[in-house]
Amino acid sequence: MKTAMPPQNYARVKTAWLFIAPMLIVLAAVAAWPLLNTAYYSLTNARLSDLSDPSFIGLRNYLNYNGYRWSGLLTSPIWWKAVLNTLWFMAVSVSLEVVIGFGVALVLHHQFPGRGLARVISLIPWAIPAVVSAQIWSWMLHEQFGIINDFLMVIGAIETPIAWAAKPSTAMWAIVFADVWGTFPFIALLMLAALQTLPADLYEAAKIDGISPIKVFFKITLPLTMPALVVAVIFRSLDALRIFDLVYVMSGRNPQTMTISVFIRQRLVDFQDIGTGSAASMLLFIIGALVVIIALLTRTLRLSEVNES
Amino acid sequence: MTRRNWVKSILRLVTVSLIVLYSAFPFYYAIVSSFRSGTDIYKPAYFPTTFSFQNYVSIFKNQPFAQNIVNSLIVASAVVIVSMVLAVPAAYALGRVKFRGRRLILLTVLGTSMFPQIAVLSGMYQLIQSLGLYNSLGALIVSNLMLTVPFTAWMLTIFMRELPKEIEEAAIIDGAGPVKIILRVFLPLLWPAMASTGILAFIAAWNEFLFGLTFVVSNENRTVPVAIALITGTNQRELPWGNIMAASVTVTLPIIILVFIFQRRIVSGLTAGAIKG
Repeated sequence: MKTAMPPQNYARVKTAWLFIAPMLIVLAAVAAWPLLNTAYYSLTNARLSDLSDPSFIGLRNYLNYNGYRWSGLLTSPIWWKAVLNTLWFMAVSVSLEVVIGFGVALVLHHQFPGRGLARVISLIPWAIPAVVSAQIWSWMLHEQFGIINDFLMVIGAIETPIAWAAKPSTAMWAIVFADVWGTFPFIALLMLAALQTLPADLYEAAKIDGISPIKVFFKITLPLTMPALVVAVIFRSLDALRIFDLVYVMSGRNPQTMTISVFIRQRLVDFQDIGTGSAASMLLFIIGALVVIIALLTRTLRLSEVNES
Repeated sequence: MTRRNWVKSILRLVTVSLIVLYSAFPFYYAIVSSFRSGTDIYKPAYFPTTFSFQNYVSIFKNQPFAQNIVNSLIVASAVVIVSMVLAVPAAYALGRVKFRGRRLILLTVLGTSMFPQIAVLSGMYQLIQSLGLYNSLGALIVSNLMLTVPFTAWMLTIFMRELPKEIEEAAIIDGAGPVKIILRVFLPLLWPAMASTGILAFIAAWNEFLFGLTFVVSNENRTVPVAIALITGTNQRELPWGNIMAASVTVTLPIIILVFIFQRRIVSGLTAGAIKG
């Protein structure tokens, strides 16, 4: 639009900027500045004990060749183990969350007495702090006193108690259990909202034609709710990518089960190595940003609200 | 009822029961465990058999848990209030006024709300240090703003946009300025949206762990999730599970009550934020 602005509109735009300014200043201070600072530290040899005057060392925290051998984050097996753990965790837990969350939404979508109550109860896990879920699941999965081993032995599924925390593979599964439990309500909620927008007459027609419910699900429900499902999966994947609380509480700093976030905090705080830790932070940030950019470019994620203007 | 309908009803009853059991059992089990003390807790029990407040007494007596709760309340309330004060005018501008650069700001706000906290940890540490806030509640208020300000602004912008145009036009014709318009016209209509956004922001700040763990080191200044994660007992080999469960129940119960009361608001807030994003 190239039409000249009436004077009162001009005043309106000026006021608009005035109203946004405080928020932008705060965001610059608490988000942009720390991010830029982290990016800068990733190029230095800064230590936690003295941040005042680090020296610039280029990309050496990421990758370095001193004439004999390669070093830096990208050559560290512990870093790659953390990346693999995180990707495994992301794939497994988001898949399970989608299946359980969507399943719950399909059940709770139908009318039945007590539906309201069932919906609120299924929200409980979402409201529980991650640290608390981590503790509750650690306790339920306790090798000697845990209720899950007890139950599995009572029904005869296992002979001897499983030492969930002892092996990295079972420890990772324990983290997945706690995460899936805490986040399936979010997916169920989004899918319930999506299911409510589906046209009822389509289902009537399918019913009259005698089409099987399974076919109805794959031909009608799934395609029509796909946009909402994709949004849910992207949100959850970004969350899973930075998983920290559950891993930190449930399996500490064991390198075998460490995720990227736990790795970063260990470098920064325990090893006081701000340089390498910040480099890892930047890599995580870039991975997350790539996920968002790819989602935006492939139009799987649409910023309808933003594009409306 | 036909036989087919019977089968359907029974199938539904079973699936709904499974969902309720899966959702509620872990927390139910935490409550049952929290009332079992001494060696009782080491015998798995599906139903409450003994009833003792010892674990609850212990967390308030042997740890500064009451102080931790107060800390969490102070941090979460302060963060919500500051976020609202910043976000309401910004949301008015972003939601109601057309101007160049609006899209860019909206994208920045949305992008910031997706920031992984861990990616800014070292930069945030430097900010906290330079403000002299390390190991204080102020550190947590400042750092939590990174989580709640973009979220609050985004949500309120979406709600602001849905309000009809006419209400504002009438006020403009009456000669009301923008501040007056916000206070007199929008604020009353925005209350429901502010409630859902405020509750979600409060819960986010109440549950925050990484900043709380990193920027506060003394027991008295810790927030609740950090205190629960770091509870240790006198016994080196075994964690004091009874105490941990009592603490978990104490901090989660208020949130669950909040969810039961404000279920509708929370659901509308969560879905609006995600689907319209």
